[in-house]
Amino acid sequence: MADLTLAALTKVYPGGVRALDSVELTVADGEFFALLGPSGCGKTTLLRTLAGLETATSGAVLLGGTDVTAVPPGRRDVAMVFQDYALFPHMTVTDNIAYPLRIRKVPGRERRERAADTAAELGLGDHLGRRPDQLSGGQQQRVALARAMACHPRAFLFDEPLSNLDARMRLEARTFLKRLQRELGVTTVFVTHDQAEALALADRIAVMEQGRIRQLGTPAEVFRRPANTFVASFIGSTPMNLLPGTAEGGAVRVADTALPTPEGLALAEGEKLTYGIRPEYLTFHQEPVAGALAGEVRVVENLGSSQLVTLEGPAGEVRVVVDEDTALAPGTAGHALPRADRALVYRDGELLGPPGYETPATGTRTP
Amino acid sequence: MTAPPGADPETTAADRHAAGLDGARRLLATVGFYTFCSLVLAFFTVPLLWLASAPFDDTPSVTASLPSFTLANFETLLDNRYAMRSLGNSAVLAAGTGVLVVVCAALAAYALSRVRLPGRDALLYALLLLSSIVTGTAAMVPLFNLAFELDLIDSQLGVILVLSGGLLPSAVFILKDFMDGTPRSYEESAQVFGASPLQVMRHVVVPLVRPGLATIAVWSVAQVWGNFLIPFLLLRSPEKSPAAVVMYTFYTEGGQPDLALISTFSLLYSVPVVLMFLLVSSRYGFRFHGGIKR
Repeated sequence: MADLTLAALTKVYPGGVRALDSVELTVADGEFFALLGPSGCGKTTLLRTLAGLETATSGAVLLGGTDVTAVPPGRRDVAMVFQDYALFPHMTVTDNIAYPLRIRKVPGRERRERAADTAAELGLGDHLGRRPDQLSGGQQQRVALARAMACHPRAFLFDEPLSNLDARMRLEARTFLKRLQRELGVTTVFVTHDQAEALALADRIAVMEQGRIRQLGTPAEVFRRPANTFVASFIGSTPMNLLPGTAEGGAVRVADTALPTPEGLALAEGEKLTYGIRPEYLTFHQEPVAGALAGEVRVVENLGSSQLVTLEGPAGEVRVVVDEDTALAPGTAGHALPRADRALVYRDGELLGPPGYETPATGTRTP
Repeated sequence: MTAPPGADPETTAADRHAAGLDGARRLLATVGFYTFCSLVLAFFTVPLLWLASAPFDDTPSVTASLPSFTLANFETLLDNRYAMRSLGNSAVLAAGTGVLVVVCAALAAYALSRVRLPGRDALLYALLLLSSIVTGTAAMVPLFNLAFELDLIDSQLGVILVLSGGLLPSAVFILKDFMDGTPRSYEESAQVFGASPLQVMRHVVVPLVRPGLATIAVWSVAQVWGNFLIPFLLLRSPEKSPAAVVMYTFYTEGGQPDLALISTFSLLYSVPVVLMFLLVSSRYGFRFHGGIKR
């Protein structure tokens, strides 16, 4: 168990692609940390550099205070679970789990016992003699986890741990993974492109874009106060409404509506701003309301317990989450009123905070 | 094509007529097809029948016939000084070449599959093209000269080296495909757990490409077993010659091919290869159980 520090880590692939651009990051001991971003943002490269499968162009990787930048993967004492689990198809579950111990020259009998113990902990006790292709996706994942656990590493690295499971299994595995990490207390870094997964699992999230960390913070911080419009549009199961507007009398004017803003923002009269509001924080009214965005209902998407309504008006498209009891038909008029305390204002793509509020560029970990 | 009861009698008759013609045509086509198949089959079966019957015939000829049974041919063969020994020589050459080809091709194919080399594919194609020349008739003279300079004339090692050289490019080419087909994450996974490159190769890569290795082994053994030119060229003494070369010497004093010896020896000569194919396909049969969820 150890903390992880990345100091100005840069990776440039032959051919000039800059996959990582001086990344600074500290993962505390025992923390469950998510690297989140769209595909091609460098998150997997970062994980592979942590594992030692890629060599950094410059910068350093510190594990438990020691520099491991030049240490080959096998001697870093980290365990990685690959996206496809990479279970050896020609070995049984026992042999797979015991493989790290076999490399460490643990005698056959002892390593089989330890493998069986680890397997039993993860509910795989009945499948020891099977081969990976005889297991379900969820069981394969647990074998991969057991194999990673068997060698008691200082850190776990998970590459898209849930992406190979079907939707229902994914929820189950998510809860399982979070509990397992809590119980083991091992520093864990995982990569995902699914913001819901990152929010649900992680203690802290780094949102990445083009090899840079765009925001670092707890799930609550990242969700409530996205530091820039990139993070704002990336986080949230329904994308945030980002409406171009101008400052006018302490409010933001979008099209012909003056929208309420959070208190304490210093806005220069007439400057160009972006007004951000999540569909969940807009209330829907059928009658005109002051400070509400007007529009015509274009699309109604049923989300089960709620509906996602797309309004088209002078401000462009605005998405609103409406409760399930409101009957709505495309073509009718609608008005969406933002919650002032949840509204976000961006200048040049960066979040404006009230004076004294630290912009969440480097969030701190909540215990 | 039967009309339903109570249908118009005129149309039924016409239908029946058309159906009859159609049926006859189809019957003729079927008969023709099977006759053709039988002829083709006979063409390939008769030599095999000869191989099965002639060794047990007391007066073998070039025709396949029901033998007047005898085992005397086998006794004659056992009395021949070179016959049984040559089978052993064949086995030495085949096994030596097989092992050399499998080991070298596996290592080369793995490296070529995993390391990006500029012009890698061009190199492979060039080697493949040249390999058919190396063991071929075209390079007969230079090969002999090379073996002579290296003092490898009349040495089984020389034959093994030349044959391996000829087989390796194709073996590398085929195995590289197998290596390319195994996901890298297996190896990286082993690597993160601390396996050295040779351990990765032994624990992960070799078991995964075993069907490929078996294919290469069988193929190279069969190639060597049937090769006549190279051992004929490089081996001088008859006690070192493999079966394919020794068979060439089975003549009667009158200069006629000794059919009794040739047929019996042919049977013995073909049995190991057939057995090997059966064994390998039953043990390794080309299956691959994947642990990767796609």
